[in-house]
Amino acid sequence: MVKTDWTIYEEDYWAITSVLKELLKNSNSQSVLLIDKTGQLIASVGIEPDFDLMSFASLCAADFEANSQLATLIGETDFSTLYHQGADESMYLSRIASSIILVVLFNKRTTLGLVRLRVKKAVEGLNTILNRLFEKLEYENEDLKEFDEEFTQALTKEIDALFSD
Amino acid sequence: MSLINYSSREINCKIVYYGPGLCGKTTNIQYVYNKVAPETKGKLITLATEMDRTLFFDFLPLELGMVKGFKTRFHLYTVPGQVYYDASRKLILRGVDGVVFVADSQSSRFDANIESLYNLHDNLEDYKLSVDDLPFVIQYNKRDMPDVISLEDLEQEINPEGYPYLEAIATKGVGVFDTLKTVAKGILHRLSKN
Repeated sequence: MVKTDWTIYEEDYWAITSVLKELLKNSNSQSVLLIDKTGQLIASVGIEPDFDLMSFASLCAADFEANSQLATLIGETDFSTLYHQGADESMYLSRIASSIILVVLFNKRTTLGLVRLRVKKAVEGLNTILNRLFEKLEYENEDLKEFDEEFTQALTKEIDALFSD
Repeated sequence: MSLINYSSREINCKIVYYGPGLCGKTTNIQYVYNKVAPETKGKLITLATEMDRTLFFDFLPLELGMVKGFKTRFHLYTVPGQVYYDASRKLILRGVDGVVFVADSQSSRFDANIESLYNLHDNLEDYKLSVDDLPFVIQYNKRDMPDVISLEDLEQEINPEGYPYLEAIATKGVGVFDTLKTVAKGILHRLSKN
């Protein structure tokens, strides 16, 4: 099931980033990102890329989704991983817990084999954390007390200021 | 709301511009991109054909200022309007928080509007959603063209349910920000009601 309304709490975020950091180190890669299937960036570790991360996340999700549809057309349920090879920089994408995508950016300092191996291990850890988080969201009432009327009014002012001719 | 990250204190919301081919979805987003302050916008991504027809989507992230320690972002997407890109349209609706339906006011495009509106209903249904579950705004675009259908007739045929609507001339920016404000405020309202 795709989580369209969901929340990441502090403890889950730190658990996630610790797995991502371990993957970054063990695979000798440049950056590791976690993105949800709707194109929202959840977490990123490693060298901060010099491109717009929001756009990158959105395109990664679109890339994965387009490939999923291709998989269906040829009779597969999904392509669980994707690999894009460049002359210098490459990327490896892997699906986790049905609605999350792990993206590893790497260069010639490492190999696809090592990245793939380390991703496999990281996916196990992330699956556990994310499934726990999804279960928690299913059964717990979300604590949204910050988002009261005052918050909405302040944001409304921001919207009026930003979107004006 | 799509994603609230308590650790990085971010709220991300997804707004999708839907509508028939050549109705002005991309023009809406381009106007917003050109007009908002540089520090509030990310890169405008356009996946289009050589003829400037949207192939997959346009994407523009916008960032509001900090409120109560939270950074709020709106991710604006357009869908490709042409009938045969339905698979792409469906994908873009995933995780949507608010929809703007851009209708083409010209009488020659009336059927295309209706077809696109039905298509929106069908595609939302695949995600077990309906326009009643989301902030939904209708924009009657191209009001400056000759041979436009009257507002009353458009309302009667396209919007009998009475969703919020606006008139627009997206090429000149008329109604573009008001449309975006309406849907964005609808999303925030929903956020505080949750």
